[in-house]
Amino acid sequence: MNGAIITEGLSVVFGETEILHEVSMTVARGEFLSVIGPNGAGKSTLLRCLDGILEPSTGRVLIDRRPIADFSRRELARTVSYVPQPDAGPLDYSVRSFVEMGRFPHISAWAALTDADAEAVADAMELTEVDGFADRTMSSLSGGERQRASIAAALAQGGSILLLDEPTSFLDYRHQVQILDLLDRLHCDQGLTVVAVTHDLNSTVASSDSVLALKEGRVAATGKPADLLDSDALAAIYETDFRLIAGGHRGLPLVLPARNGS
Amino acid sequence: MKVSKRLAILGGLTALAVVAMPLVGRHGLPLSVLADFGGTDPAAIIFWQIRVPRVLAAFVGGAGLALGGAVFQAIFRNPLATPYTLGVASGASLGVALASRFGLSLIVIGLSTTSVAAFAGALLAIGVVWALTRLRPELSSTTLLLAGVAMNFFFSSVILFAQYTASLGDSYQIVRWLMGGLGGVDMGTLLRMAPVVAIGGAVVIWHARELDLLATGSEIAASRGVAVAPTRTLLFLATSVMVGGVVAACGPVGFVGMMAPHICRLVVGSNHRALLPASVLFGGAFLVLCDTAARLVLFPAELPVGVITAFLGAPFFLWLLVRQPGFGRRR
Repeated sequence: MNGAIITEGLSVVFGETEILHEVSMTVARGEFLSVIGPNGAGKSTLLRCLDGILEPSTGRVLIDRRPIADFSRRELARTVSYVPQPDAGPLDYSVRSFVEMGRFPHISAWAALTDADAEAVADAMELTEVDGFADRTMSSLSGGERQRASIAAALAQGGSILLLDEPTSFLDYRHQVQILDLLDRLHCDQGLTVVAVTHDLNSTVASSDSVLALKEGRVAATGKPADLLDSDALAAIYETDFRLIAGGHRGLPLVLPARNGS
Repeated sequence: MKVSKRLAILGGLTALAVVAMPLVGRHGLPLSVLADFGGTDPAAIIFWQIRVPRVLAAFVGGAGLALGGAVFQAIFRNPLATPYTLGVASGASLGVALASRFGLSLIVIGLSTTSVAAFAGALLAIGVVWALTRLRPELSSTTLLLAGVAMNFFFSSVILFAQYTASLGDSYQIVRWLMGGLGGVDMGTLLRMAPVVAIGGAVVIWHARELDLLATGSEIAASRGVAVAPTRTLLFLATSVMVGGVVAACGPVGFVGMMAPHICRLVVGSNHRALLPASVLFGGAFLVLCDTAARLVLFPAELPVGVITAFLGAPFFLWLLVRQPGFGRRR
């Protein structure tokens, strides 16, 4: 099983603005890393660099010790898959067609899906429980269903690394729990490396193995969830006060932003 | 009904139209001309040397325009995108208007001045859009379409100027060309246009899976393994040259490019491995039928086919919309 990620001095500059500054980090194979930080800290930019969608201005990304620049686009897609932020735009494809598109890096133009492709598609749809509405169009789905279909398409790619951008945002609580259970299964049972950008400290961060905090494009803190779910650490990252309450997931504290008078 | 069955029915109807339409005309032809290829009988000459090339040219032209629309709608992720929206047709028209107004003679390797001027104008428009995407790669597709619309207005004003200051005869010639038509098409026109459309069409159809992914968004496409920038460039250029070739031969025939792909989506869905063949069949058959109507309506005079395409096509599209309430609803 592969799936190790290393970044070395990753910087991204757009025009005059530096979005990421010398970000170096390591994600072990099979690790679940949460990336947190304020809006505009460069979290999504980091995720795009890890999938090679965005080329860093300096520095490099290594997947299984091999620089990303040495991969062809298709080859990289067979190792790394990416679930972008939830998008509600029109999409007139059935769930099944959309998930089948995940097999693109494995098939040549106009070739039919092989048995292996069909199996990967069926497995991905079963794992994400989208097989019940496989023939509905993507546009007709609720937010939670659509997010699961997006994850199914990424899983159908059959890679060992799954990158997700705010996978539980905009979802109601039941659907948040479904997605988090799914991520747990993928990472514990299937051994996938998972990197999730999130603002969800109590559930997503509390479920992960380790946390990376970005602030103004720089690494502000790294550690175990227990190290970062701490009022001083969070106050430094988010520039607002936090209160800690006992009784969170896996014995961790629950954190909530403190308002004046509370 | 399964998509493959729908495609087969569409294919059958298309074949019927292409075989039957050359027989249709004010001079009814006996079926025996079908066997008399190369004959010197007037009926055989009308059939094989006039009507067959014209019907085939209408098919090839309609197929190229419809494919062009399908590709641009996918790569720009916008239902209003076509090579025409980005100025290909008005660029071609500008070329023809200037050539007529100034009496230019641009005969190159057997191509007429009009064809050369139209093709050059189309390439000019594509070049401007292309330069824009290179200079400002961050521009959204909506902004590019707006730039195309602005360019259309600019070309139109130059065309109006050329027309206004032209002699009455030249002015009529320009107007007549702007309406589009297959009246002057012969075997030579067909043989020049067909390879351009065949090559462009092959490139496009080869990339059906890439088009599906590009239509879902460039980030997802890249993440699934599509080399987005080179693929978009290849598809953009192949399509533009293909449509430029059609416009040079048939004039700026409207409606087919934008609407044929939408009509096909209603019938076979959005999957490009079905949508592209359906666009070839429907776009081609539609222009064949419209051109036959254009030959007959004002006989012995001939109506420009551009007058007919939208007249027949728009009500047909509205009828399909009413019949399929699930399509294009607000979300």
